[in-house]
Amino acid sequence: METITLSVFRGDAAGGVFQTYEVPVTPGMVILDAIHYIQKNLDTTVACRWNCKAAKCGSCSAEVNGKPRLMCKTRVEDLKEDAKKAPIRVMPMRAFPIIKDLVTDVSWNYRTASKIPPLVPKADAAGKPFVMQQVDVDRVQEFRKCIECFLCQDVCHVIREHDRKDAFFGPRQMVRIAALEMHPIDDLNRREQLDAEGGIGMCNITKCCTEVCPEHIHITDNAIIPLKERVADTYFDPLRGLLTKLGVMKRDAIKQPFESVESNLTKIVQPTPTAMK
Amino acid sequence: MAMEPYDTFEYDVLVVGAGGAGLRAVIAAREAGCSVGVVCKSLLGKAHTVMAEGGVAAALSNMRNPDGGSEGDSWKTHFADTLKGGAYLNNWRTVEIFAKEAPERVLELEQYGAVFDRTPEGLIAQRPFGGHKYRRLNHVGDRTGLELIRTMQDKAVGVGMNIHMEVTLTRLLMDGDRVIGAFGYYRETGRFVIFKAKAVVLATGGWGRMYMYTSNSWEGTGDGLMMGYEAGAELLDMEMIQFHPTGMIWPPGMRGILVTEGVRGEGGFLKNSKGERFMFTPEYTPERYKGQFAETPEEGMKWLDDKKANRRPPELLPRDEVARAIYKEILAGRGTEHGGVYLDVSHRGADYIKRKLPSMYEQFHELGDIDITKQPMEVFPTIHYTMGGIKTEPETCSTTVKGLFAAGEVAAGLHGANRLGGNSLSDIIVFGKRAGEGAAQFALNHSHGTLDAAQLDDEIDLLLSPLESTRGENPYTVHTELQETMQKNAMIARTEEGLKEALAKVLELQERAVHLKVEGDRCYNPGWHAARDVRFMLKASEIIVRCALDRKESRGAQWRLDYPDKDDAYWGKHNLIASDNGGEVKVEPRRLPEMPEELKQVLAEQG
Repeated sequence: METITLSVFRGDAAGGVFQTYEVPVTPGMVILDAIHYIQKNLDTTVACRWNCKAAKCGSCSAEVNGKPRLMCKTRVEDLKEDAKKAPIRVMPMRAFPIIKDLVTDVSWNYRTASKIPPLVPKADAAGKPFVMQQVDVDRVQEFRKCIECFLCQDVCHVIREHDRKDAFFGPRQMVRIAALEMHPIDDLNRREQLDAEGGIGMCNITKCCTEVCPEHIHITDNAIIPLKERVADTYFDPLRGLLTKLGVMKRDAIKQPFESVESNLTKIVQPTPTAMK
Repeated sequence: MAMEPYDTFEYDVLVVGAGGAGLRAVIAAREAGCSVGVVCKSLLGKAHTVMAEGGVAAALSNMRNPDGGSEGDSWKTHFADTLKGGAYLNNWRTVEIFAKEAPERVLELEQYGAVFDRTPEGLIAQRPFGGHKYRRLNHVGDRTGLELIRTMQDKAVGVGMNIHMEVTLTRLLMDGDRVIGAFGYYRETGRFVIFKAKAVVLATGGWGRMYMYTSNSWEGTGDGLMMGYEAGAELLDMEMIQFHPTGMIWPPGMRGILVTEGVRGEGGFLKNSKGERFMFTPEYTPERYKGQFAETPEEGMKWLDDKKANRRPPELLPRDEVARAIYKEILAGRGTEHGGVYLDVSHRGADYIKRKLPSMYEQFHELGDIDITKQPMEVFPTIHYTMGGIKTEPETCSTTVKGLFAAGEVAAGLHGANRLGGNSLSDIIVFGKRAGEGAAQFALNHSHGTLDAAQLDDEIDLLLSPLESTRGENPYTVHTELQETMQKNAMIARTEEGLKEALAKVLELQERAVHLKVEGDRCYNPGWHAARDVRFMLKASEIIVRCALDRKESRGAQWRLDYPDKDDAYWGKHNLIASDNGGEVKVEPRRLPEMPEELKQVLAEQG
């Protein structure tokens, strides 16, 4: 039977090694199938996250031959040529602290998300069925395809190379805020947050996030760049600044101020860091 | 317990499970003024709700378009459709509440931030679906479930909760006959954790992992169900397990992955190996649906362009009927070489398919190298949904155990013998809310119970023994054997002989599972987790098989080859109830509650 060799990272925060496993190949096999084969037949202790195995939940994110991928969407067939040269390397996402093997601590993403308030409907639309045209929500729907695999966060060099999780929400949350900011009925001034704690200025549009998105969301072009433009218009347009100073224009009078809504009410409870051996 | 360190948390309401039902319960309990903790086995937002594709059924009557709209739809029609689809085994009151409240819950999702597809008038767009008389499925392309869970996730985070991710609960804590919390472990570290709560909501979803071909993830092990059962809750309709007619069978890497009913809703054909649209075989349309479906492929084709003047094709019969027809075609030797049938939507053209079924197109293109705009898919009935589960009282979702509430797939009563597509998503929002409110009311009227930690000794032994044991079986081996027997004997076509074989095997495996052995330690160790999971699955399987044996008729998802007919006189009026009787499974028939005259009238009017 045809087999393929995988080199899988095994270890935790203290360090680890790459362990090789030989796995029989079946038609249509994906990397996640290979990991499941290992768990079931070769080593029951290999840790990985997964749920749907259909590229809908975004749980099985990892780095396969150096590329951030969903393991359930990475076909062994497509890696066969590479596998002739060297075993397929499967390792955890590098931008997040490792827990064990292919599992990383992605809780930062959830803590950041809790700072972003959900939709705040305009007063005249609240409590009634929304009337919105399809063309006006097409863009928002593109952003809402996000499955929160966090591969864009993993590959973003602000997070990955410079570890500025303290200053930048990352592409995933930019997409989330874009979906709200561009929602025809949202009434919250999201630009304040983007400019301040969101750190949108940190992004220098290298488009790495867009390249790895399994949902093919045009993160940079459709979300981040338009948001940058909106922030620049509001806060860095010299004419607008002057008119605001003179009291001729009000700063974003159209939407509710960001601090009018409470956020950060949710606590992501982390396990007590004692490992039970 | 003395030697074991553990964490303790205290909440007014503890919600177990963070799928749609759990998150809707969180929102409701918070809005009622309770502190809420929510526990989930995976990361937040990864629950099975994301898998729902077709839409959320609610009679909003938004479709005005000339090719057959939803004008004239009302809660009454949705009520009648749901009962008919469930072969009248449903709880009438549960269905009444459901049909009446679903539209309001869907509109509320929009206020929370859900962005549904729109009609030309700018309202929420609705699509046709199996068993629904009108276009009733409010949808977002074919990723409606993702939209729902993300919407409620963001809203729940907005209202504030404590979220405990990757925690597995294994036992409900009792103070006498009242549930006062739950016990489990952190998957990451293996450390134990106790949650004390005034009320507990189980929203743990369904169980399909005891079968070989299933669309369920690793989470569908029935742990929530069995925790409720072990705490004394009555279970209802456990024999009723839905086989989604169109799960993938080829290539093997895609086996079990679902093809949304939306493919048929958008005009997809089911064909056998001879290229025939076999659903038009008259015997595949049961008596109660006669005259309501197209009778020739020509009429079915006309329906694509004019939905008002033509009847819909029989590919849109309820799921149990379609699944059985597929199974019969394969038995008759008209299956594909890989043992399935073809599902073909290519006649709709590439542009249409990419617009209306974008994630299906993507999924097949990227995972299977199959271009559904050009070639058919190969499908086979796959374990998909559990209609049965914990018996709940319709108004507050309380179970038969004090302090314990249940909602969503783990609960039972709404769907009867078969669920209509699209009703699961409206189920979770209608009853998630009611369960959250019910639990909040209970919590506001009760103080915390008293915990005697001695009740945990057995559970801790059970959890730790596979790690400490020097001998015993690999849990994966036991699991695989369980899947084989359930797939062979308790699947879509059942017989007394097969079910007895399954029961004997399950009981044997329960014996063998007393001694399990796993390698490694307690840190994120899937082998260790599997050891506890398989025990839950073994018990749940026993109950499924016992109930399937007792129901000596064919109805909805229960298809008995040795009792091929419906028995309306007796079994049509009885549910099966399973409960724990000192360690033994007790199964008893119980008469359905009598439907009031005015609802009987509604049914008569709706035809």
